[in-house]
This record gives sequence, structure tokens and C-alpha cells, in this order.
Amino acid sequence: MTVSLNVNGQTREVDADPATPLLWVIREDLGLTGTKYGCGIAQCGACTVHVDGETLRSCSAPVSAVGGRKVVTIEGVSSPAARAVQKAWVELDVVQCGYCQSGQIMSATALLEKKPRPSDEDIDHAMAGNICRCGTYQRIRAAIHAAAKQLA
Amino acid sequence: MSPTIRACPLRALLLVAAACGCGTAFAADLRTPDSFSGIADKAERSRALFVEAGKVIQSPRCLNCHPGGERPTQGADMHLHRPLVVRGPDDKGAIGMRCMTCHQSANFEPSGLPGHPLWHVAPKSMAWQERSLAQICAQIKDPRRNGGKSMAQMQEHMASDTLVGWAWQPGGTREPAPGTQAQFGALIAAWIDTGAVCPR
Repeated sequence: MTVSLNVNGQTREVDADPATPLLWVIREDLGLTGTKYGCGIAQCGACTVHVDGETLRSCSAPVSAVGGRKVVTIEGVSSPAARAVQKAWVELDVVQCGYCQSGQIMSATALLEKKPRPSDEDIDHAMAGNICRCGTYQRIRAAIHAAAKQLA
Repeated sequence: MSPTIRACPLRALLLVAAACGCGTAFAADLRTPDSFSGIADKAERSRALFVEAGKVIQSPRCLNCHPGGERPTQGADMHLHRPLVVRGPDDKGAIGMRCMTCHQSANFEPSGLPGHPLWHVAPKSMAWQERSLAQICAQIKDPRRNGGKSMAQMQEHMASDTLVGWAWQPGGTREPAPGTQAQFGALIAAWIDTGAVCPR
């Protein structure tokens, strides 16, 4: 059936079963492959997108659950917090292999949009569901603090 | 093994259950309020009714989201929730890692995630983990700790609240809470009708 979605500010229509995970629609139907498939059970965070400003694991949400809410993927995230995160990520050379990083950036951005000066604990709690097999956690935390300073 | 048993594995199971004293009381059953009518003392009957309802209250399906601390648990063995999550300021998770980051408005079978529109952790005042059934009982009766509910409202909550009801439709491979929500509600109603006496 035809499903209508608002993704990165645009209304998109796809032919999909309502039970299809949002991630499949984003990647396969819309061709937005920046959002990654990691575990498929909401344990790793690689598939994180924003829905109405909140983080959502797109591998474990049916496309029907999104409705008319605003979906933002790594390709479309552009708030001041997102730009600060992007700059800090480059300056601190956070990325190693990069596979998890779009999810990391989406979670970090969501945190900074709601808490521009997060504590270490805030960062740990917000980022706990984003796994990085390269172990870039220390640089991620440092980059979030650096982004916060840019936003101040 | 007799030919009869070989021909009917279920019957063999029942025979084994009878032989080990398990009887027909499977873990998932709940007794009806009527089955307590043999207890003449009203207060004792009330206590017994709450102990029976306690099979639900203290099942992992309920305890997992009534933690005493900051972190809920999960699974039949009640291990700490993976990934790490905290109750946060509103019992719905931390900034950037909300309950609804993963838990949607319904169970999502493709990935086995449980869901409900109001998925959240019970407030600290309603913590059940690491408490005795007697302590939980006192807590349930105390409006300062039960969300300001009267006993009638509490019975309604137990019998009809859909998030409570998730415990009997947990999806995935999770074992449901014992009995049914209707049976649980009837036990709570009978417990209240007999004076809502708490176990010692």
C-alpha cells in the first residue's frame, strides 16, 4: 500500500507494507543509505534517526508508526547543534571505520538540541545505546563537549 | 514405557507432573477468588487473596519496570536492561535515549521489541523490586505512594489499565504474567472487598 512520509522536510510516498521497518523504507525505497543497519534489534544504534526531534531506532519501528511525523535522517540533519557536532567530529577526527557514526551523530545532535551543555553523565546516558566497535567513545564524548562549547 | 504413554506424549507429561506432586497447578495459573471461600477468617482470606495476586505482581513482567533504582531490568532472569537505560526525570528515559527511542506503541515482532503507547518505568514511589510482598501491599494501599489512587481506582488500574495488561501480551518469547488480567483484577477486587489486608 502507499505510505506517505515526511522525510528531511519533503513528503515522500512509497509502496510498502505498513509493518516494514522504517529503516528498510529509508534505505531501500528512498535511497537514503547514510542510516545504517547494524543489529536489527535496537541494540546498537546504527539506525538512529530523529522523529519529531526525538531519537528513534528505525530498524525496530514499523513505517506505519511514523505517520505524519517529521523524520530526519543523517542526510537531512542541519540544526545548529548538528552543524556544531559535524564540525567537532571533523576537528577531533572522531571517526575510525565510520559505520556507526551516523547513528552516533544523530544521538549526539538530539542530546545537544535539548541540553546544550551536557554533563559527562548526560552524554553517557544519551549515547549508551550507540555501540562503536572501534571504541571511539572517548573522542565522541570529547567532541560532544567541543560542540557544546561552539553552541555556547 | 507403556504403549499408551508412547502414543501420547502430552499424557506422559501429565503423568510425570502428577508423580512429582506438581498436580495441575501450572506456574501460569491463578486461583479464582471463590476458591478462597474455605478460609473462614476474613482477614486471613484477604491476605491469601493478595498472596495469590502477588504471583502477578512479583512476576518478571511486572517487576522489570518497577525498579528500586534508576535502571529497569528485563527478561525472566531480570538482568539489567540492555542497552543501559535510566528512568530519567520523568520515568521515560534520559535525554536522547528515551523509552520510545526503541519501544514503539505496540510490540514489534520482527525485532522482538515490546511496546505500548505509554511505555515507561514506574515511579520510584511504586518500586517493587527488592521489596517483600507485604511491603508492596502497604505501598499499593498508600495514596502517597500509589499515585493518589483510592482502592477503587487501584482495582480499576490493575484490572483495566492497558500498560498493566501488556504483561499478559508481552510478545516475542516472553512468558506472560500468570493467569489473565481479568482474573488478576478479580483477585484484587476480592482482596479489597475482604478489607485489603496485607500479608505479614
